[in-house]
Amino acid sequence: MRHTISVLVENKFGVLSRISGLFSGRGYNIESLSVGETIDPQISTMTIVTTGDDWIIEQITKQLNKLVDVIKVIDMTELDHVEREMVLIKVAPRQEDKAEVLRLAEIFRGRIVDSSQKTYTIEITGDEKKIAAIVELLRPMGIKEFVRTGKIAIAREGVKKA
Amino acid sequence: MKISGAEIFIQSLKKEGVKHMFGYPGGVVLNIFDHLHDEKELQLILTRHEQGAVHAADGYARATGKPGVVLVTSGPGATNTVTGIATAYMDSIPMVVFTGQVPTMLIGNDAFQEADIVGITRPCTKYNFLVKNVEDLAQVIKEAFYIASTGRPGPVLIDLPKDVTTHKAEFVWPEHAKIRSYNPTYEGNKYMITQAAHMIAKAKKPVIIAGGGVILSGASKELKEFAEYTDVPVTMTLMGLGGFPGSHKLSLGMLGMHGTYYANKSIQDADLLVAVGMRFDDRVTGKIDAFAPHAKIIHIDIDPTSIRKNVRVDVPIVGDVKKVLSTMNKVMKDEVKEQWQEVRKAWLKQISAWKAERPLEYDRNADVIKPQFVVEKIHELTKGDAIIATEVGQNQMWAAQFYKYDRPRTLLSSGGLGTMGYGLPAAIGAQLAFPNKLVIDIAGDGSIQMNIQELATAVINKLPVKVAILNNRYLGMVRQWQELFYQERYAHTKLDETVPDFVKIAEAYSAVGLRATKRSEVEPVLKEAFSIKRPVMMDFVVDWREKVYPMVPAGAAIDEMLFREEEKKSEKKLKAVR
Repeated sequence: MRHTISVLVENKFGVLSRISGLFSGRGYNIESLSVGETIDPQISTMTIVTTGDDWIIEQITKQLNKLVDVIKVIDMTELDHVEREMVLIKVAPRQEDKAEVLRLAEIFRGRIVDSSQKTYTIEITGDEKKIAAIVELLRPMGIKEFVRTGKIAIAREGVKKA
Repeated sequence: MKISGAEIFIQSLKKEGVKHMFGYPGGVVLNIFDHLHDEKELQLILTRHEQGAVHAADGYARATGKPGVVLVTSGPGATNTVTGIATAYMDSIPMVVFTGQVPTMLIGNDAFQEADIVGITRPCTKYNFLVKNVEDLAQVIKEAFYIASTGRPGPVLIDLPKDVTTHKAEFVWPEHAKIRSYNPTYEGNKYMITQAAHMIAKAKKPVIIAGGGVILSGASKELKEFAEYTDVPVTMTLMGLGGFPGSHKLSLGMLGMHGTYYANKSIQDADLLVAVGMRFDDRVTGKIDAFAPHAKIIHIDIDPTSIRKNVRVDVPIVGDVKKVLSTMNKVMKDEVKEQWQEVRKAWLKQISAWKAERPLEYDRNADVIKPQFVVEKIHELTKGDAIIATEVGQNQMWAAQFYKYDRPRTLLSSGGLGTMGYGLPAAIGAQLAFPNKLVIDIAGDGSIQMNIQELATAVINKLPVKVAILNNRYLGMVRQWQELFYQERYAHTKLDETVPDFVKIAEAYSAVGLRATKRSEVEPVLKEAFSIKRPVMMDFVVDWREKVYPMVPAGAAIDEMLFREEEKKSEKKLKAVR
């Protein structure tokens, strides 16, 4: 099963390689990894998407926790949470498809962030399903380049009834 | 007053209570070595190879429980430490390794003798540091010792660029090393402990498996009390030997690939395993699906990743073994002994029957020297009161089987990594810590040649280590596998006439060399060696055909053991090969 794991780490050099080295050294998968500073510049969040059965995920969480620079490990998959990823898609549509590309971008609440005679670059933010959907729809139009940030995730707060 | 990084280094080690370290000089660490030149309280033992330095520090740490300390130069000096560091890492040995580094402004430039040792050792250290600023040095050293010796211990490396050793700063020794992201769990969960105690009281066929964690946490006393109160037999992993007295009536000796018949049988028949400070290594479990098929498992370990890594666990207890066992001993007193006394008698009787059926054996009447005989003689003559280091291979397994370790920290052996060449430098480290103890390296003719240069270290520092080479002129353990599983095709395991004259080697290093070629010569040689207050290398020319039994073939269940009688069938073929 796929898990999204959020890891709070000390913002020091070498931490990323400790984490990636743990995954490669023990043969775990990383599907995506995104890193960024938190509000406290001494701490970074790494959001790791990985797959494995319960045994493997348990080991991954424990092994991450064992690293000296890791402050906290949260398996988001176990919580109610929001996931987002951003992609930039450069499309080179045929003349007759151009309008359809713009229409799709609008439907998916994307933004055109660059355009040229032959291409549009669309910025899309969303969860996995949404991104997969637009990619499938744009693919026949001719995707020239495609980059993604990797997933980030945050836990939802419970809302008390009034 | 500001002092140099080199001086901060020395002051910090003194504050940590370091008396001895092992090392080798070189360009970028010259500032430190220069300061060590006049140093009285801090002694550096010069080894003849950096690997030797790390193993010596490792042996020192295993024998004393204090972190071993190493100082070497950059580049090749640093890379030569890697095997030693990985050895310590696998066996959770506390150690702090200082490597020199090229000046900070040259890092990344492929400078002379530059190696990215922090990158190289990242997967085999518990943690490592590159010090970029002299102001951080004292804090880093404090944290390094703290990380190395707390929680599940392990080696920590500090990379010291040359300019950091010359730059000056105020020396402020931090009182505490507090690292917010590093908080090992020491106290076991009380509910889990109570549940475990209850299961132990109710069990019909329980077995304790004691691992290296018992020794690392100093829990031998608690373990003995626990086993004796509950009447539960104890088997040990290689790393656990000495954690429970080997000559105790509840001892089953070692389990696993070369474990005793009765230990492995007990595990396979058990209804409850109490795993204490061990990690279910493949050499211990054999085929994992067939391991302890009837047993529930209670697993006590300070490292949560050890739990449920290889086997299913019913009651996990994360905590320091000593603390957990002492709580367990209190909780256990609530359970009345009467409830298990009768069933336990039956269980121990069954185990006695297994012990009688197949004890550890070899031909005790042979005229040739059987390697097991040498080990038994060493045990007999030292009355078990020695520190034994081993190399890796057959010598190590015979040392594990035929010497009874009654006290912790008396066996120094590379268990996890299985590093040939470990024993001699480790013995030197232990001898430095205990100058009046008898320290013996039980070696093979292959392994000893991997760090034989350390004889010089022993001689020059007047460390009277004894080396007992079980010389079969083969890389014996590999040969054993080839004989049993590779149709006796001895690819590159026959050393034969290329084995040097160890007596002459000893003499060339100004040590003493002795040789025994017949059984009757073994005892006189050992006695003579033990009476000489200098390093002695003993060459025991042993029966080359001897193999380690019992043996569980790789991938088999641990009760699918091979025994000596199966050897006879192939004896003719063996002669042809010879």
